[in-house]
Amino acid sequence: MVEAAATAEQQAHPLLRVEDLNIHLPSDGGLLKAVSGVSFQISKGKTLGIVGESGCGKSITGKTLLGIQPKHAVTSGSIHLDNVDIAKLKRNGKEIRAIRGSKIAMIFQEPMTAFSPLYTIGNQIMESILLHRTKNKQEAKLMAIDILRRVGISNPEKRFTQYPHEFSGGMMQRAMIAMALSCEPEVLIADEPTTALDVTIQAQVLELMKQLQQEFGMAIIFITHDLGIVAEMCDEVAVMYLGKVVEQAPVREIFHNPKHPYTRGLLRSIPMIGSRKERLDSIEGTVPIPINRPPMCGFYERCKVRIAGVCDKQEVPEVQLTEDHSVRCFLHGGQDEGGEQS
Amino acid sequence: MLSYIVRRILLMIPVVLFISMIVFFIIQLPPGDFISTYAAKMTTGGEIMDEAAMQLMREAYGLDQPWYFQYMKWMWGIVTEGDFGYSLAFNRPVGDIIGQYMALTLIVSLVSMLFTYVFSIPTGIYSAVKQYSFGDYLITAIGFLGMATPNFLMAIILMYLSYVYVGDPMLGMFSPEFVDQAWSYARFIDFLKHMIIPVIVIGTASTCDLIRVMRGQMLEEMEKPYMLTARAKGLSEAKIIMKYPVRAAMNPIVSTLGWSLTSIFTGSTITAIVLNLPTQGPVMYNALLSQDMYLAGTWLLFMAVCIVLGTLISDILLVWLDPRIRMQRKGM
Amino acid sequence: MKTMFGDFNRWTQLFRPKKQQETYYAASHWRLMIRKLMKHKLAKASLIVIGLMYFIALFGNFIAPQGLDKYDSVYLNSKPTLIRFVDTDGKFHFRPFVYGMKSDRDPVTLRKLFVVDTTVKYPVKFFVKGEEYKLLGLIPSTTHLFGVEEPGRLFLFGTDGMGRDLFSRIVLGSQVSLTIPLVGVGISFILGLVIGGISGYFGGMIDSVIQRLIEIIRSFPTLPLWMALSAAIPPRVPIVQMFLYITIIMAFIEWTGLARVVRSKFISLRNEDYVMAAKISGVKDSKIILVHLIPGFLSYLVVTMTLAIPSMIIGETAMSFLGLGIRSPAASWGVLLQEAQQIENVALYPWKLIPLGFVVVTVLAFNFLGDGLRDAADPYK
Repeated sequence: MVEAAATAEQQAHPLLRVEDLNIHLPSDGGLLKAVSGVSFQISKGKTLGIVGESGCGKSITGKTLLGIQPKHAVTSGSIHLDNVDIAKLKRNGKEIRAIRGSKIAMIFQEPMTAFSPLYTIGNQIMESILLHRTKNKQEAKLMAIDILRRVGISNPEKRFTQYPHEFSGGMMQRAMIAMALSCEPEVLIADEPTTALDVTIQAQVLELMKQLQQEFGMAIIFITHDLGIVAEMCDEVAVMYLGKVVEQAPVREIFHNPKHPYTRGLLRSIPMIGSRKERLDSIEGTVPIPINRPPMCGFYERCKVRIAGVCDKQEVPEVQLTEDHSVRCFLHGGQDEGGEQS
Repeated sequence: MLSYIVRRILLMIPVVLFISMIVFFIIQLPPGDFISTYAAKMTTGGEIMDEAAMQLMREAYGLDQPWYFQYMKWMWGIVTEGDFGYSLAFNRPVGDIIGQYMALTLIVSLVSMLFTYVFSIPTGIYSAVKQYSFGDYLITAIGFLGMATPNFLMAIILMYLSYVYVGDPMLGMFSPEFVDQAWSYARFIDFLKHMIIPVIVIGTASTCDLIRVMRGQMLEEMEKPYMLTARAKGLSEAKIIMKYPVRAAMNPIVSTLGWSLTSIFTGSTITAIVLNLPTQGPVMYNALLSQDMYLAGTWLLFMAVCIVLGTLISDILLVWLDPRIRMQRKGM
Repeated sequence: MKTMFGDFNRWTQLFRPKKQQETYYAASHWRLMIRKLMKHKLAKASLIVIGLMYFIALFGNFIAPQGLDKYDSVYLNSKPTLIRFVDTDGKFHFRPFVYGMKSDRDPVTLRKLFVVDTTVKYPVKFFVKGEEYKLLGLIPSTTHLFGVEEPGRLFLFGTDGMGRDLFSRIVLGSQVSLTIPLVGVGISFILGLVIGGISGYFGGMIDSVIQRLIEIIRSFPTLPLWMALSAAIPPRVPIVQMFLYITIIMAFIEWTGLARVVRSKFISLRNEDYVMAAKISGVKDSKIILVHLIPGFLSYLVVTMTLAIPSMIIGETAMSFLGLGIRSPAASWGVLLQEAQQIENVALYPWKLIPLGFVVVTVLAFNFLGDGLRDAADPYK
C-alpha cells in the first residue's frame, strides 16, 4: 500500500510527460501516420518499456523525444520535461540542443555504426562533455575516461585513444552507454540497445544498465520488441501497435493480466521453459501500412476475437480499466463513447 | 607505412617499363617516318630529296633499324644518361623542349586544379545540405551541362563571348605586346587575364565531376546513423556537418588528388591546342603529326608515368586518411 | 486422416500462386527495372530524345534535304533561312514559305552577305524529289522529307564555308557520331565480359596477369593515347575502314572499366550459395556462367555501358575536331565543328556552333538515362 502511494505521488510529478503525440510522415502514397495519440509519463528512477513489432512507431517516438525525428516528419502534441515543452522547441535550435545529451540522452541499436569510424572513441565521448559540462579539454578527457571505467571498460586510458573498429560489439555498446551517460542525463532513451548483440553480451549490458540506473537515478525509456527484456528491466509497459499505445500497465499487470488481444498474442508467442506446448502461437499476418487507413482498430485484420461491424467502423478509444491500466479495445468497453466519435 | 610505399614504388618499375614499350610501339606504328614526312614537306617547298639522301639521313638518326632496337637505344639513353632522345623537328634534345614547356604547363594545371577544389568542395557541400532546394537544382543542372560540353568547345564559346564583349579572344598566354617583355606588374595582370579562360575551360569538367562526387558522398554520409548520434549529443547542425560527413566525404576526394592532377594535366591538351597556349599540348600534337617520334614518345611516357605516380599518391593519401586502412597496413 | 488432410492443404497452399504478391515480387527483374525507369521523368525524356536522334540517323538520307557533299558556291556561309508563316504584308499563309536570297556586299567591310529578297516566295513542300540516295542503304529513292523548289534555297541551319547545307550535314553526320559510340561500347562490352569474366571466374594466376594488364592500360592518359593511335591511321584509308579503326581505338581503353565491373561481380557472385549448389551438382562452368552469373549483373553492365557512351561521343568529337578522327569526305559532328576552330568563323557565322548543341544534348541524354538506369537497376530498393 505504501509503495502504491509513493507511485501515485511520483506520477503527480512525473519527470517526462508525453501527451497526445502524433507523428505524421508525408510520403508518395499519402500521409503515413507513424504515431497517433500516444501519451505516457515516466518518473525519476523508473523504467518504461515501449514494446511492439518493427514498424509500430516505437523508434520514431524515441527520436521525437529528442527532437531528432526525420526532417519531414510533422509532429503535434506535447512533450513536457520540467515544464518545458520539447515538442514546441525549434528543431535544432539552441534550447533543444541544450537538452539533448545533457538532460535526455539516447542509446542506439547499432553500436558499430552509431560511431563515426574516423574519430577515436575518446574524441566522440568528449564531445558532449565539452558541450554540456566543461570547456576544459584536459578535464573533459578525465571525465570521459572515468565514465568509460564506470561502464566496465578495462584499460580506459588506452581505449580512449582507439578507433571504433578496434572495439568489439559489446565493448562498443558499453562505449555508447558511456557516451550517453557522460553528462548524467535525467532521462535515458534506449532504442533496442541489445538487439545487435550476442545473448551473453546482452545480459551483461542489461545488468550494467540496471546498475547504472541505481547509481545515477535516471529514468529509462526502453524501446524493444523483446518481452523477456521488458520483464527483466521495466516497471511500466506501453504496448504499441500501428502507431498507437494499445495497452499500458505496470509490468506485473501486463504479464499476469493482459487485456488487449495483441498483448495476449505477444505473450503467447514467447517460449516458456517447462511448457509442454509443441507449437508456439504466432500472430497471423503482418502489420498493415498506416497510410489512408479508415477509422478502425489497427489490429482488426489479425485479431481473433474481433467484432465485425464494431471494431472496423470506428476509432477505438482508450479505456481506463484501473488507475494504472488502460487499454484500447472494444472488448473492454468504450463502445458508447466510440459511437459518439464516429 | 614506409615499407608499403617502398613496395609500391618497386612495383611501379616493371609497369613503367612495359608502358614505355607499348608507347614506343604505338609511336612507330604510322607508316613512314619523320624523314618521309620531312621529305614530303620539302617537296611542297619546291626542293626534292632523293632516296639516297633520305637513306643517309635515316642512318644518321638510326631510323633504319627495327623498332625494338631503336627502343632499346632510347631506353638505354634514358636510364643511363637521362637522355630522352633528339627532336628532329626542333633540332634540339627532347629533354630541353619538355623542360621549356613544363613550367607553364604545370602552372596552368595547378591553378586549374586549385580552382577546381576551392570551388567544387563548398558547392558540393551546399548542394547536399540543401538537397532539393532551388540552389541544389541549379548547381546540378549547371554541373550536368558542364560535364556534357566538351572542354575545347567550351573554350571556343568563351573565346567567342570574350571576343564579342571584351573585343579580344584572349588567345595565348600574353597579349602580343607583352610576349617578349620582362615580368612587370602590367605583364602579370595581362597573364592573369589570359589565364581566366584556360582555367575555367580546363577546370570546369573536373569541377562539375567533383561537385557531383562531393554531393553524392555527402548525401550518403548524412544518412549514416552516426549523424543521429551526433545530433543526440546536442551538437549544432553546422558543427556536425563539418566534423562528420564533410570529413568522411573528403576522403575519396582527397585521395583522388594525385589522379586528378594528372587528368587535368592530360585533359588540357586539346584545350591548349584550341587556345593556342604555349604548353605541351600543341607541341606534342605537332610532334605526333610530324612523326617526331622521340618527342611524342617521351611525352606519352611522361604522361603515363604521371598517372602511375598520381595513383600512387592517391593510394598513400587514402591509407593516411582512413584509420581503418591505416590499421591494416601497419603490419605491412 | 485429418492431419494428413491438413498437411495436404499446406502443400497446395505452397504451390498456389499468390496473385497480389506476384505483381511486385514475382515480376521479372527487367520488368521492374523498366517500370522504375519510366517513373524517372528525366530518364524517360532522355530515352525519347535518344530514340529521336537515332531515328533521324537511321532515316538521315530521307530527312536531309541535300546530300553530304552537295555544295553551292553561290551560298557560302549563308545564315539560316527563316521559315515563315506571315509575309511582309502581314498576311498569314497556311503553308509555310521562305523568301529568296540576294547576294550583297556590306557597304563598310565589303564582306559578302545575304539579304532577304522579299519579292519572291518559295513555299515549303513535303516529299519533294531531290538527289538520289539509298534509304537504309538498300532502297533507292529520290524523295526527301521537305524542301523548296528551285531556285529557292532552304538552309535550316545555314551553310558552311563551302556552301554546304549544315542541317543536312548534321543529320548525316549523326549517322557516324551516333554509331561509333554504340559499336565502340559493343566491342568493349564483349572484351570486358570475356576478359573480366575469365579473370573473375577462374581467379588465381590468370586473374593477376589480367589485372596487371588492365592496370597498365588504364595508366595511359586517355586523350593523348587516342591522339597517338589516331595519328597512326594511314591518311588515305577507305571510310569504312577508318570508321572501324576509330571505333577500336575508342573501345581500347573503355573495355577495362567494364572488365573490372564484370570481375568484381563474378567474384561476389561466385561465392553465392546458388552458384556453389550448381557447381556441386556438376553443372558445366560455361553453363554456370551463362545461366547463373551473367543474368545476375547484366543490369549493372547496361548501366556502366550507358554511362560509357558520353565519353566516347566526346572523344570522337574531339578527335575529329582536331582532324585526327573521322576525316572528310565522311562527316561527323566533330568534323562539322572543325570550322569553328577559327574564332573569326564563330564570331561572324555563329550558326556554325549548332552541331555543338547536338553533341551536348546527346551527351546529356545518355548521362541522364544512365543515371536513371542506375537507380532502376535496384528495383527492390
